[in-house]
Amino acid sequence: MPVSFVVNGRSVTVDVPADMPLLWVLRDVLDLKGTKFGCGISQCGACTVHIDGAPTRSCRTPVETVADSAVITIEGLSPDGNHPLQQAWRDLDVPQCGYCQAGQIMTAAALLAENPSPSETDIDRAMDRNLCRCGTYLRIKEGIQRAASTMTDDRASVGGGES
Amino acid sequence: MTPVAVGRREFLKVSALAGGGLAVGSWFEFLSPDAAAGEGRRAFIANAHVTIAPDGRVTLVAQNPEIGQGIKTMLPMLIAEELDVDWTEVTVVQGDLDTENYAGQFAGGSNATPTHWLPMRRIGAATRAVLVTAAAGVWGVPESELTTRSGRVIHAASGRELPYGELTEAAAAVAAPDLETVALKDPADFRIIGTDIPDVDNDAIVTGRPLFGIDTTRPGMLYAVYEKCPVFGGKVRNANIEAVRAEDGVRHAFVVEGGDNLSGLNSGVAIVADHWWVADRVRREVLQVEWDEGATAAQSTAGFAARAAELYGQAPARSLREDGDATAAISGAAHRVQADYSYPFLAHATLEPQNCTAEFSNGRLEMWAPTQTPGGGRSLVAETLGIPEESVTIHLTRMGGGFGRRLYNDWLAEAAWIAREVEVPVKLLWSREDDTRHDLYRPGGFHRLEGGVDANGRLSGWKNHFVSFGSGERFASSASVRSSEFPAGFVPDFSMGATLMELGVPTGALRAPGSNALAFVYQSFIDELAIESGSDPVQFRLDLLSTNGEDQGLDPARMATVLRSVAERSGWAQRDQLPAGTGKGVAFHYSHRGYFAEVVQATVSQRGDLTIDEVWVVGDIGSHVINPLNAWNNAQGGVIEGFSQAMGQAITIDGGRVVEGNFNDYPLLRMRQAPPIDIHFVATDNDPTGLGEPPLPPAIPALCNAIHAACGVRVRSLPIEKNDLSWG
Repeated sequence: MPVSFVVNGRSVTVDVPADMPLLWVLRDVLDLKGTKFGCGISQCGACTVHIDGAPTRSCRTPVETVADSAVITIEGLSPDGNHPLQQAWRDLDVPQCGYCQAGQIMTAAALLAENPSPSETDIDRAMDRNLCRCGTYLRIKEGIQRAASTMTDDRASVGGGES
Repeated sequence: MTPVAVGRREFLKVSALAGGGLAVGSWFEFLSPDAAAGEGRRAFIANAHVTIAPDGRVTLVAQNPEIGQGIKTMLPMLIAEELDVDWTEVTVVQGDLDTENYAGQFAGGSNATPTHWLPMRRIGAATRAVLVTAAAGVWGVPESELTTRSGRVIHAASGRELPYGELTEAAAAVAAPDLETVALKDPADFRIIGTDIPDVDNDAIVTGRPLFGIDTTRPGMLYAVYEKCPVFGGKVRNANIEAVRAEDGVRHAFVVEGGDNLSGLNSGVAIVADHWWVADRVRREVLQVEWDEGATAAQSTAGFAARAAELYGQAPARSLREDGDATAAISGAAHRVQADYSYPFLAHATLEPQNCTAEFSNGRLEMWAPTQTPGGGRSLVAETLGIPEESVTIHLTRMGGGFGRRLYNDWLAEAAWIAREVEVPVKLLWSREDDTRHDLYRPGGFHRLEGGVDANGRLSGWKNHFVSFGSGERFASSASVRSSEFPAGFVPDFSMGATLMELGVPTGALRAPGSNALAFVYQSFIDELAIESGSDPVQFRLDLLSTNGEDQGLDPARMATVLRSVAERSGWAQRDQLPAGTGKGVAFHYSHRGYFAEVVQATVSQRGDLTIDEVWVVGDIGSHVINPLNAWNNAQGGVIEGFSQAMGQAITIDGGRVVEGNFNDYPLLRMRQAPPIDIHFVATDNDPTGLGEPPLPPAIPALCNAIHAACGVRVRSLPIEKNDLSWG
């Protein structure tokens, strides 16, 4: 049964079982490997994407439920890989094995879109659903704080632009 | 992946290193047959690790499997340093399994640093030497007048320079130097080693480019699941194969007989489908298998615990070490403590579940394998299929974690078998439940300990009956203890013995094998003895380290140094000023050539809720921390993993099968539980050693000792969460 939706700004139509999780449609049908499989039961967050802006575990999202929705994956988070979170991750050398990081970044991006100046508690709470087996939590947190600060600076400089 | 399209080798030299017998691999020099971009010069492929393009771009092959320990970045750093190029000019590519050209291609034992510290530097230095010789020839000047810097050969006397890229043609005609005697840099001149170098894959990771084994795609690829008996060693009696084959999207389904090696191909049912999710759904909802469960069905963790309790009543079946008379020393001691300690089986829980993509055609097998031991994987696969090793190609992919799980290649054998059966490329992927229930587990263990402290406050007697797993005299994998494990050799009257229980559950190495459990036991018990005798736990340990003895498994001076340092950095001397419910605990451990001492501060609410407040880590891994940016990651990752293991993880075996299945019942630490961690390295005059494992073991007893300091509850049985920490 065909399902149509938008992925990273591109319209797609896929013909798969209606209850196939979006995760597998992204990875195996649309060849977008950035979104990862870790548990299949929404416990680890490695599969996090944005559906109409909301951070969602795609492993438990039947593809039929995203019909006509806009999905953003890690590949579409920024045009050139230069979202402040992506840059912060490079600057701080956040990843170890790297497998969880796309999901971490997607959850963090949704947090910052909604809460541009998160407290440490806000960050802990928002990121609670993302596991990192290698334990990069301290650098993830620092990366989020750095990106938040960058984004605040950017907004300030735009807001206070030349007269 | 190979760095550049190559022609036939003209020269092939294999160099052997002294003092280790390690063959560095092939050295050969030739030019790429491809014309270089626009200039008519060709790239210089110096050896199996180094290619220099005419534009100066240096391509280095990272030969070892990358599991997140940073080796894909670190080994090329060593080459680049001695080659004397700027890191910004370097491109790193992952090498495949190639035992002709690369030696020691495995990830384990924190071995890569000590094994490759000199060989990788020699490769870089020898390549540089060839370029210097080439430049000397071009200019007609003595080599002794030449220096190098940032990828250029320099003749200061005449003010001339040549970038390496312009020397490629000349260099190809120069004979390779002797790798054993090539001059290396003075460490004072290091420009890359010891600096912060971000992981070479960061850009790909943060933009979601395919990197991991699970990301492999081959044209016409199908997807497979492999269902095995939940009881270890069980076999298929029959299965509803026809019903499975009739399902939409299923292309193949068949029974595999397998063998009896629990780390090889085992009996099971393969389902191969157009989509992985379809194969998995059919396996869960349609497949029905009758199993011959076998003898392990009688085994359980509850049964092991009960048996261990019985065995404590007898003397150990095997004596491992006897110094002096521990019984007499303890009975005559001023202070005595007896305690029973235990810890559970653990799973590895790599975030990327086991997977492998395989393609079999014309008798040749090609595999894309996230494995820590590709050589072992090739042997296992060849043996399982009955084909020569030469017909197996293994491409190394990045891995979403190793932790020791990927030392074993059971799932490679499965993928290979399935690929040969279906004759199209196939990706085998395990579900999280497969992964949790078909592991090679960190074995549980049971210790009865007795200790005595004399009137001078010295640990004077120690008896340890270790009830573990194994058969006859042979410990099961990762279930043993070294006879020199601290405090052996530091206690004059010391007795260590073991009794083994039969085990049908496969066991294997988990990060810091042995140590990840033994440090908890011994450093907690040492703490009990210190506290019972009214001693400062740090001073008690320093006194212990200063005891002379035979067959001491560690260098006490190195350990005392890191212990003193961590005590100072953590404000240990002021720990009594902490409020009620908050305490500091200390522990140290030596493993994988590394010395680590750690202090944890923890707070326990009266209700028994635990918060880890802060951690201080001091480590000695020799003269150089090769990549400090990565070292910090490794060390804090090891500590957090130690906490994860200790706090809530346990594998329960019931009826010979693992009960837990996913992260809901086998929890990992989450961000809100991760404390700030202060990490400091003490440089000593020893060759650099590895960092993947040694920070982990002491974190667990340091935490348990902190819990005791905070609330008076002594954790003797892991995981912590099954202990009632309420107080007051």
